[in-house]
Amino acid sequence: MSTTISTEWVSICPDQDLLANTGLCALLDGEQVAIYKINPNPAYSQDLYAISNYDPIGKANVLSRGILGNIGDHLVVASPLYKQHFDLISGECLEDPEQRVKTYEVRRFNDEIQLKKTV
Amino acid sequence: MSKQRIIVVGNGMVGHRFIENLMDSPSADNLEVITFSEEPRLAYDRVQLSAYFSGSTAEDLSLTSEGYYQERGVNFVLNDKVVSINKSEKYVVTASGREEPYDKLVLATGSYPFVPPVPGKDQDHCLVYRTIEDLEAITDSAKTSKVGVVVGGGLLGLEAASALKNLGLKTHVVEFAPRLMAVQLDEGGGKLLRRKIEDLDVTVHTEKNTQEIVPGETCRYRMNFADGSILETDMVLFSAGIRPQDELAREFDLEMGERGGIVINNQCQTSDEDIYAIGECALWEGRIFGLVAPGYTMAKVAVSHITGGTEEFTGADMSTKLKLLGVDVASIGDAHGNTPGAQSYVYNDEVNEIYKRLVVSEDNTRLLGAVLVGDVEAYGNLLQLKLNDMALPDSPETLIAPAIGDAPAMGVDALPDTAQICSCFDVSKGAICGAVQNGCTDMGAIKSETLASTGCGGCAAMVKQVMDSELENLGVEVCNDICEHFAYSRQELADIIRIKGINTFDELLSEHGSGLGCEICKPAIGSILASYSNEYILKKEHIGLQDTNDVYLGNMQKDGTYSVVPRVPGGEITPEKLIVLGEVAKEYDLYTKVTGGQRIDLFGAQLHELPEIWRKLIDAGFETGHAYGKSLRTVKSCVGSTWCRYGVQDSVSMAVAVEDRYKGLRSPHKLKMAVSGCTRECAEAQSKDVGIIATENGWNLYVCGNGGMRPRHADLFATDLDDETLIKYVDRFFMFYIRTADRLQRTSVWLENLEGGLDYLREVIIDDKLGICEELESEMTKVVGTYQCEWKTTIEDPEKLKRFSHFINADEPDSNLAFVEVRGQRRPATDEEKITAIEIVE
Repeated sequence: MSTTISTEWVSICPDQDLLANTGLCALLDGEQVAIYKINPNPAYSQDLYAISNYDPIGKANVLSRGILGNIGDHLVVASPLYKQHFDLISGECLEDPEQRVKTYEVRRFNDEIQLKKTV
Repeated sequence: MSKQRIIVVGNGMVGHRFIENLMDSPSADNLEVITFSEEPRLAYDRVQLSAYFSGSTAEDLSLTSEGYYQERGVNFVLNDKVVSINKSEKYVVTASGREEPYDKLVLATGSYPFVPPVPGKDQDHCLVYRTIEDLEAITDSAKTSKVGVVVGGGLLGLEAASALKNLGLKTHVVEFAPRLMAVQLDEGGGKLLRRKIEDLDVTVHTEKNTQEIVPGETCRYRMNFADGSILETDMVLFSAGIRPQDELAREFDLEMGERGGIVINNQCQTSDEDIYAIGECALWEGRIFGLVAPGYTMAKVAVSHITGGTEEFTGADMSTKLKLLGVDVASIGDAHGNTPGAQSYVYNDEVNEIYKRLVVSEDNTRLLGAVLVGDVEAYGNLLQLKLNDMALPDSPETLIAPAIGDAPAMGVDALPDTAQICSCFDVSKGAICGAVQNGCTDMGAIKSETLASTGCGGCAAMVKQVMDSELENLGVEVCNDICEHFAYSRQELADIIRIKGINTFDELLSEHGSGLGCEICKPAIGSILASYSNEYILKKEHIGLQDTNDVYLGNMQKDGTYSVVPRVPGGEITPEKLIVLGEVAKEYDLYTKVTGGQRIDLFGAQLHELPEIWRKLIDAGFETGHAYGKSLRTVKSCVGSTWCRYGVQDSVSMAVAVEDRYKGLRSPHKLKMAVSGCTRECAEAQSKDVGIIATENGWNLYVCGNGGMRPRHADLFATDLDDETLIKYVDRFFMFYIRTADRLQRTSVWLENLEGGLDYLREVIIDDKLGICEELESEMTKVVGTYQCEWKTTIEDPEKLKRFSHFINADEPDSNLAFVEVRGQRRPATDEEKITAIEIVE
């Protein structure tokens, strides 16, 4: 695993390891983070998103393995367990707004995917 | 309060229907019911009797079960016949001497076959066609016979001829009248029916009066006819009409018709007000009704009268539609034009062998009757015109003329709410509309709600028309769009992909869709692409379309771990392979369970373990089992003729061959198959999407069965197929299903919603009505030729293997996983168990 000079951003993996339209799970300071890449699309300002990997409804670390898409204006991942949709930008569950998952900042830097540490 | 005691004599179709209706009535709790049958089994479907010869068993024909009667507290006595009635003291006595009192007595004794008084009629191999025991006798006799003659060319006679033909006999039909089905058909219709039946190698002899049956020269017997001609045969089957089974009524002084039959009034009461007669033993206004539908109506009327209702029997329509020896025949009302002043329209197409006749009133405004042979599509419309006495359209001939352009459909809107659409279950148009209003929007829902179209199925097209029209009236827009990203149904998407040769989701989305897609359209389209191009599903263009199960080639369990199911074709496995499975399960501590599909499921594998596990399995000769895919799962088999004393074909070899052929085939939903080596059906093939059952002569093919949540008995699709034809039909069947089904629609539901049902499916797959069979076969050939074991491809590609770890940036496993031991193996810990575990650690 490569190290990074920045103290805020942590390199996770080469950009090419994350295929478009899929997700991966990263370990960031003991937290499980799901990182997604969508096809470049003019409707969205970026193609990388990151939320918590833990599905609060299915109670398992699986959100990185869901299918990506949009429901109306929401950019979402569908939980692979019971198919609830989680908004990739707000972390909100569309079916149950009480359930909100944590979101993370993610970027592409020198062909690496990086997550920003949370304080 | 003591219960009212009702005795039902006879447990045939009508007697059983009477009991069913009685049990469904609000007074059911205050009734005590006892039924007697002289036959050794409870009611069965005599209308479908000929199916016994094309593979159906006595159980298939059964209309009820002992359990059903027991649950409802109905007493039943088989093999015992009521022989005496004491009307004044109101009790009956049976042949075994049993005495039972009654408050109401219902005679549902049915009829017996009429055997003309011909010398020699009582010899061996001179048989009748009425009960399952008769069929058994016919089957026995056929074993030592080569030629069979059916005496009687009516409806039942032709059914019987079909049976003899199925048993492989050279079959003759001998009829006294100048034509076949003289009651239901006119001369033109009878003539065409004869021609069609003779094309099937059944010889028809009309205007023959049998004088005697004597020992034969080339065969067992010789039949001598009044005109001096003769016919040699090994078996004689009498099917020359029925006579009411009325001896009980005759002997105990109920009023009888001059030529038999127990006289009943409009309430179905006999001359004794506490005794009812229903079905073929009853005589109403001088008529016996030899069809089951009027018998059902009588059953309903009698129940109504006994429970205080006011329904009346006011006669019955004798119109009928059926398939005889594969020929479609229908007759409505006054088929012969006997009504004074009646006029006719006739359409006679000798080239395509279609005959249709309309009989209309003198003023050309009402339909009186009709005859249809070879094409009975108009039956439903014509019957409604007749039954509801509706005005004919301006040019009545358009009702039977071949459709050129858009056929003038008779709007179902014109029908009154009382119009009976399904005669088997007496379902009116109003009842179907009511079901639609209550939320039934597809045929499956209508069927389970109203029972319409679940009997003979003849009304299916009409039921659908009523449903569609009512949906339209309610302003329900029937939207079949798969989701917000594509304004197409799954079937339409499959057509686009197939016809335009589209290979990727992105291509389809940019040309025909909008947005990014979602978890509905992506897997559906991924599946269609796989069905037609069959590329590796984890290719970078396809991986984002797959459900998590497909992405990781395993079935995700509740805790995020996966199960591993290698293919075990036909359920046949060597000890060596079994040992490998055990060793792998032990090494990775996998919970091990035998599946219902005759293979072994290993649970609890983590992502990073999957490739290692599969490498070991593949090295031992296993392949992926596709347990994670909407695709062929297993082909279950019994051991068949190689070991079993009863097997007639090698079911295991067939199961292994078909599993190898169809493995990896992706489809709208999962597919299951089974092969049984004989009619005992130990592989339970009739609960599968495709079931194959061995016969002495080949294989019977069953389709669209289901176990699980909505069990459905598979339909017998074709009989006695050789290996090659069997595979050809299954190829076509699967590809047609893939082409036309909705997403996640199993074959059972698909068939129930397929317009035209099983008959249509046969026309498409056997007769190639749509001219697509060659395409379907070549599509299947492509899938078979491009098969790959997805796990083998995956473990050989280091790039793909990167995804198989819980974290992309760490080697640790998922810390949330916890297991507890149960019966010597581990299972996922529950939430509570996890909390306790954490406390202990702390």
